[in-house]
Amino acid sequence: MLEMRLYLAQRISAAILAPLVLMHLGLMIYAIQGGLDAGEILGRTRGSFFWGSSYSLFVVAVAVHATIGLRNILREWLQWRGPLLHWFSWLCLAGLLFAGLRAVAAVVLP
Amino acid sequence: MKAHRKQPLYLAFLLHRVSGLGLVLFLPFHFYVLALSLQGNEKLDSFLHWSQLPQVKFAETGLVFLLAIHLLGGLRLLALENLPWSNAQKNYAAIALASAFFVALGFLLRAF
Repeated sequence: MLEMRLYLAQRISAAILAPLVLMHLGLMIYAIQGGLDAGEILGRTRGSFFWGSSYSLFVVAVAVHATIGLRNILREWLQWRGPLLHWFSWLCLAGLLFAGLRAVAAVVLP
Repeated sequence: MKAHRKQPLYLAFLLHRVSGLGLVLFLPFHFYVLALSLQGNEKLDSFLHWSQLPQVKFAETGLVFLLAIHLLGGLRLLALENLPWSNAQKNYAAIALASAFFVALGFLLRAF
């Protein structure tokens, strides 16, 4: 049952991530020309509801997706099981959510 | 070597998994760099200045490739699982790989 839920969460987060990653790739290719600078990046993101909500959704979806993917690798390739796998996965999810949302706050909040 | 591991689609699976692992390992670093702006624009700018080095740009191109190949491999999986497509899986895998190379190349050409 848990594995089925994780499988579904992995697919749903992937469907959310697909358009966001496309947007991210497009923006990277556009923004890299002429070099990056903090003023340019923050000028686009600071105080923007659009970027704030897009990147927050991006972070939540990527944290779920990455945690489940990493869990699959640890389970299938390293044979991790039981509490170790369980708690490591929660720690990974919490760490990615914290670091990701902190990064969003850093570039979005005025 | 097990027979299924010689199949091109096993390579597609492996590429998807390894690219995902690479991206997971990169994510905390990416978040850390963005959070540098909490300490002021200068802090973030000093990192971005370092990122102008050619070797860093090549590394970034590798990351763009990983992201593109993971995205396209994932879209291939979602399409196979949710759309009534059953044949030509190898072609989808090849198209995903070729497209990822083009995306990474596009990034590289603009970066220099």
